[in-house]
Amino acid sequence: MKALASAAVSGILFGVGLALSGMLNPAKVIGFLDFFGNWDPSLAFVMGGGVVVAFVGFSRITRREQPVCEASFNIPQQKDITPNLIIGSGIFGIGWGLVGLCPGPAFSSLSFGRWESMVFFAALIAGMVIYRFTYNISGFKLPRVAEDG
Amino acid sequence: MENFTPVASLLGGMLIGIAALVLLAFNGHIAGVTGVARGVLTPKQNDTLWRVVFLLGLVVGPFVFQAVSGETIVSTITSSTLTLVIGGLLVGFGTSMGNGCTSGHGICGLGRVSKRSLAATGAFMATAIVTVYMMRHVLGGAS
Repeated sequence: MKALASAAVSGILFGVGLALSGMLNPAKVIGFLDFFGNWDPSLAFVMGGGVVVAFVGFSRITRREQPVCEASFNIPQQKDITPNLIIGSGIFGIGWGLVGLCPGPAFSSLSFGRWESMVFFAALIAGMVIYRFTYNISGFKLPRVAEDG
Repeated sequence: MENFTPVASLLGGMLIGIAALVLLAFNGHIAGVTGVARGVLTPKQNDTLWRVVFLLGLVVGPFVFQAVSGETIVSTITSSTLTLVIGGLLVGFGTSMGNGCTSGHGICGLGRVSKRSLAATGAFMATAIVTVYMMRHVLGGAS
């Protein structure tokens, strides 16, 4: 029960943070990515603030034996910079630049109840399923360690 | 620069960081939206419910923000339906292939000083910037 409560608190805080930060506005995201135009650097502060907080807390928390509600931490162990990592991230960036929504905001935008958000969300899930399917049929196996994120 | 909002964006980013630390400290997981969502699509026993609750929290968050701040969230989408579909497919496929997105690699990964996440963040920032450049300044705002 406690584990579900903390997951809920984390998700809600995350959603509030996205709303406050401006990440739920694709026009603003594209303004941030428009490096060679009328650049709006605001969203660099989102990543800056998030990274600093995560950096300060991460080592303190993982120094503990185990998380409060579970038996162990589930931290990514993979170290190699693989072609999949770079090509996949590159493909993600193209989609992000096209529309201005990444996965977190794609979920939070569902709260607006707009058809655009729902179309994008459905396509995103379809993209995940398609990857899963091609991964299964290609027989290309990655070690099943914890995902990076 | 008329839309520059450094304070709200910084505070929002810090809240996202705090959210990630809550999930790590209590549930032991990295708060990467891609990873959390992918686990729902490939369910393992006793590993699905917390994911669904977290993702529902993402949807509830904006309502909480509006209730507390009294502000309306501005969200301007100018993409055509075709662009929304293509963009969504690329984001879903790419984040699965690259094992993470802006939250998992960008915030949590950089926060734990992961070289993989630094490489991934560099890759998606680069292609996103090039894509916006092409759309805005080469193809002339076609979307």
